[in-house]
Amino acid sequence: MAGYQNIFTQVQVRGPAELGVPLPKGSLERDGEGFIGISRLMGKIGNAQIGPIYLGWTGTASLAFGFLALFIIGMNMFASVDYNIVEFIRQLPWLTLNPPPPEQGFNMLPPLDQGGWFVITGFFFTASVILWWVRTYNRARALGLGTHVAWAFASAIWLFLVLGFIRPMLMGSWSEAVPYGIFSHLDWTNSFSITYGNLFYNPFHCLSIVFLYGSALLFAMHGATILAVSRYGGEREIEQITDRGTASERAALFWRWTMGFNASMESIHRWAWWFAVLTTLTGGIGILLTGTVVSDWYGWAEVHNYAPPR
Amino acid sequence: MALLSFERKYRVRGGTLVGGDLFDFWVGPFYVGFFGVTALFFSALGTALILYSAAIGPTWNVWLIDIRPPAESYGLGLAPMKEGGLWQIITICAVGAFSSWALREVEIARKLGMGLHVPVAFSFAILAYVTLQVFRPVLMGSWSHAFPYGIFTHLDWVSNVGYQYINFHYNPAHMVAVTFFFTTTFALALHGSLILSATNPGQGEVVKTPEHEDTFFRDILGYSIGTLGIHRLGLFLALSAVFWSAVCIVISGPVWSLGWPEWWDMWLKLPIWG
Repeated sequence: MAGYQNIFTQVQVRGPAELGVPLPKGSLERDGEGFIGISRLMGKIGNAQIGPIYLGWTGTASLAFGFLALFIIGMNMFASVDYNIVEFIRQLPWLTLNPPPPEQGFNMLPPLDQGGWFVITGFFFTASVILWWVRTYNRARALGLGTHVAWAFASAIWLFLVLGFIRPMLMGSWSEAVPYGIFSHLDWTNSFSITYGNLFYNPFHCLSIVFLYGSALLFAMHGATILAVSRYGGEREIEQITDRGTASERAALFWRWTMGFNASMESIHRWAWWFAVLTTLTGGIGILLTGTVVSDWYGWAEVHNYAPPR
Repeated sequence: MALLSFERKYRVRGGTLVGGDLFDFWVGPFYVGFFGVTALFFSALGTALILYSAAIGPTWNVWLIDIRPPAESYGLGLAPMKEGGLWQIITICAVGAFSSWALREVEIARKLGMGLHVPVAFSFAILAYVTLQVFRPVLMGSWSHAFPYGIFTHLDWVSNVGYQYINFHYNPAHMVAVTFFFTTTFALALHGSLILSATNPGQGEVVKTPEHEDTFFRDILGYSIGTLGIHRLGLFLALSAVFWSAVCIVISGPVWSLGWPEWWDMWLKLPIWG
């Protein structure tokens, strides 16, 4: 029973740094090749090597826009406590950069103190995210990989755009957007559910939660299974997919004998991809329909026979 | 027989915890074992009682079936069948079935010469369930604090308990749990994507290697955790999500009974602000 369960790497091998497979012609240089970090602590769990990185044009621009967005949010919060650094830290969880008030409608250029900073931040934040998406696509293509990471990321961007842009546009008011702030975005979430008659009765919210919890379940099952067969080399998944070994066979039989069904070493990653992607995809649909198509989810549930009549 | 092409050589005797060879056999694809028998007993009885409760209840609408725990007045005692007693027996059956399932996983893992990571991971889920349905009600002195068995009525329970504490999102353990849930899903998307992108690189491309996977993540983020590390990380994130979920509900009531936004007043009153 008390055998070695491979939770930590016990012996770490130190060799020359891995600088990565060659990039195609026309690529920039990788950055930080002369500054490879080795973390013994990281090496206990995964690879010890930190760097290099390929920043490129889109990466650099994305980081710049992202910094600008954070800087504007931070300066607005700082201004709201009269530039008092102690109060800034003390009140940080309560500080917020709010969207324009309802009077501004969906005005693209509201005055700066009437949510103008919020709209500008949204522009920079979105630019940063879109550029980062381009980067995930291009980096995969440069290495001859499929573009699965980029399309999964696109599903998250969909939810992000619905919350901050598409739904406010359809509602005709920036005030519908989620504020930038720790407690303020939690308040938004709380009142959103109350305003629209209990979001738990929104079927797309139900689906999104199912996929969110399902993702945690899948990763627990998959992570645990692979670690349990790591003594047979189960973590070498690409090899196990292209040339099935005893690790895959045992992993598959474990689930077949437990629940009568098993994935394969490749298909478990398709399950994983779809569960994670559908979390934000269905979540975005649920948010988009709320207030635009359905204004009272409990009432909608009553009409459709899944809530008891009041 | 639903036997996979490679399955026969793995179907050997041994590895059982209880009962020796007595239940050491398969039915179709399922392994039985002593705990398969107990799991079947508890789940069959529990399901039958759920169906019976539905039959004596007001509706067969699957969304609305509602099996409630006993009222506050019964405290931690036994309630009559139709006033929460059924809920109590169903809960015992659930805990029995889940525990049997975990022990059956231990037997199967032993038989296959695998580590015990899966049953250990599953016990975190059982812990969360027992926290919600047993520990917290016991700490609060009444079974009525447990959630009812019903598709939308258990959501009502979540909603009502949440608003009892004004805004449950301010619960610090809930913040940690939600963050772990989102991070797990994010990491799962990245891991699933990476394996699929290496093995399905598109027309005319050869299947890629772990060196490509490491290179991709170093190019993007400056760090790649590696093939073994991602599974350790994923398991840690998923179990943390479950663990902190259990913490966030067990402290609501037994430890803190006001609104969760008020809890943060202590932050503003820390002596460090001068």
